[in-house]
Amino acid sequence: MKQLVVVLAMAAFTAILVGAMLELGPAPVALPASVAANLEASGVRHPVTAVLLNFRGYDTLLEVAVLLLALLGVLAAGVSKQPREADACAADPVLPWLSRVAAPAMVMVAVYLLWAGAFRPGGAFQAGAVLAAAAVLLHLAGLLPGWVQPGRWLRWGLAGGLLLFIAVSLGPLLAGDALLQYPLAWAGLLILLIEAGLTVSLGLILAGLFLLLTDGEGGRA
Amino acid sequence: MNASLALDILLAVTLLWSAWRTLVMPRLDRAVVLFIVFGLLLALVWARVVAPDIALAEAAIGAGLTGALLLDTLGALRRRGKDA
Repeated sequence: MKQLVVVLAMAAFTAILVGAMLELGPAPVALPASVAANLEASGVRHPVTAVLLNFRGYDTLLEVAVLLLALLGVLAAGVSKQPREADACAADPVLPWLSRVAAPAMVMVAVYLLWAGAFRPGGAFQAGAVLAAAAVLLHLAGLLPGWVQPGRWLRWGLAGGLLLFIAVSLGPLLAGDALLQYPLAWAGLLILLIEAGLTVSLGLILAGLFLLLTDGEGGRA
Repeated sequence: MNASLALDILLAVTLLWSAWRTLVMPRLDRAVVLFIVFGLLLALVWARVVAPDIALAEAAIGAGLTGALLLDTLGALRRRGKDA
């Protein structure tokens, strides 16, 4: 009986939502058109990258900060585990071998995605995710031990992308322009620089979320 | 009915079906695998609505990394159960 009431209420709510969606008028501002009109000024040729890194760069800046904060939360919660070597002698030789072959290719894919972001789908987030996936794959194959405590280099790597982004976004402020208002001639180069930093940092952050939380027994999870 | 419409309908139905199966599956290991399947199907759907950027992110983060994290959690839970 209770289940029936819940199901009926959910169905009614869904129907109301669908009705509201059907009532929606056309969007008051034609954003795709204004993005296309200003694409020249963004420094890149792919509209999604132009929005993410230039027109709405502030959102991306804060997104990266949120991801870093999530990792800091993991570290602050305390990762209590003993440093343990990854066992290289996994019973199955196929996975470690395949990982050794795939990881360099994944790094290349990440670099390509980063480069391609300027003119076609791709960009720092996707490239960082592929880097992190390579690290997770190596860990699962028993080739890369889980992280215990981030050392100095890793800390710089984790925070570097965000710091670089902040530095670049503060630059125009010193020159008397608005925050994140890249100079026109330099926009493309600056965006590539930011994205390169973000790729490394996001890769490390996403990999860290896995490698810090996993309990170090690679390949046996 | 042309082929692309048939593909879209097939995608939509499998997506909803995999989401439902993920939620009601009593065995956690199978639920995690179904979740990964759901993420990959969702990536295909994003690609079909011409949002390749989101499709890439969904496949890599939504299906890949989250799935790996869930599998790892499952392994840790199982080991802890064995120890206790």
